[in-house]
Amino acid sequence: MGTKTGGNGGARDPALLRRLLRAKDRMDAASDEEWPVSRLAKVSGVSQAHFARSFKHAFGVPPHRYLLTRRIERAKALLRDTSLPIVDIAFQTGWNSLGTFGRIFRDITGESPSELRSRERGASHDLAQVPHCFVSAAHRPNLKIAVSEKRRRESPDNGIAASDETEVA
Amino acid sequence: MSQGVGVAGIYVRDQDEALAFYVDKLGFGVHTDARNGDYRWLTVQHPDQPGFQLGLFKPQPPSVDEATAATLNQVVAKGAMPPLVLVVADCRAAYDQFSKAGVEFTQEPIERYGSVDSSFRDPSGNGWKLIQAR
Repeated sequence: MGTKTGGNGGARDPALLRRLLRAKDRMDAASDEEWPVSRLAKVSGVSQAHFARSFKHAFGVPPHRYLLTRRIERAKALLRDTSLPIVDIAFQTGWNSLGTFGRIFRDITGESPSELRSRERGASHDLAQVPHCFVSAAHRPNLKIAVSEKRRRESPDNGIAASDETEVA
Repeated sequence: MSQGVGVAGIYVRDQDEALAFYVDKLGFGVHTDARNGDYRWLTVQHPDQPGFQLGLFKPQPPSVDEATAATLNQVVAKGAMPPLVLVVADCRAAYDQFSKAGVEFTQEPIERYGSVDSSFRDPSGNGWKLIQAR
């Protein structure tokens, strides 16, 4: 902080916001890929230190957490709309281990991938007339706090520190 | 006469830039480009849709105050405005054509729901779905 941007990462400049949006768009297009801050900062043409703060200021969530919500959203869609094995869905949506996927999925959605799949199978959907982006937005988890924090709050007697998430401020 | 929606507008950060994008890259035509001092009423039209004009409006006084104009520019730049839909006969062909013209695509063509769709943004941040007519 203490910069001329007043600590918000300068994220009031439309030109900068437009470049930050480009990084968000790239995560949307390939949420299964790894998106370290260095890569995202390059897309936006800003320094790494500048990027994380500016992104959070612009979009309300840190870039890593945004990526998690997109991965979970996509996993939910694949669970709902395909018969792919859950392990395939985990790898297709960017996780390196089934265990991590299952744990974070439950932390965020409150149910396991297989529970969500069997519940969604019972419901009927009439979304074919709605453009895809609206459908996916409707199913996006609203992740207001870090996954590790969500897990801690929901398991007060669980003293094990969460290490799956390397959140960027 | 035919009744219905005649003009719907989007906010753009720079009208010259927007005009070049919608006309030179997407193939729209200029319908009205009228200036009065700093104010510019600018609408474009899809060649197949003579009854409808898309307004390319710059948020500025006297329509809105300076602070509101700045906020609106930020909202557009964050991609927070609702997406628009451009219907085309062949999504992949349009994707190729627009890509070559320099349009910033955010999603390559995907076949789903019995159609093919893709996404792009204008320079200001307005998002478009490019959907193949069913």
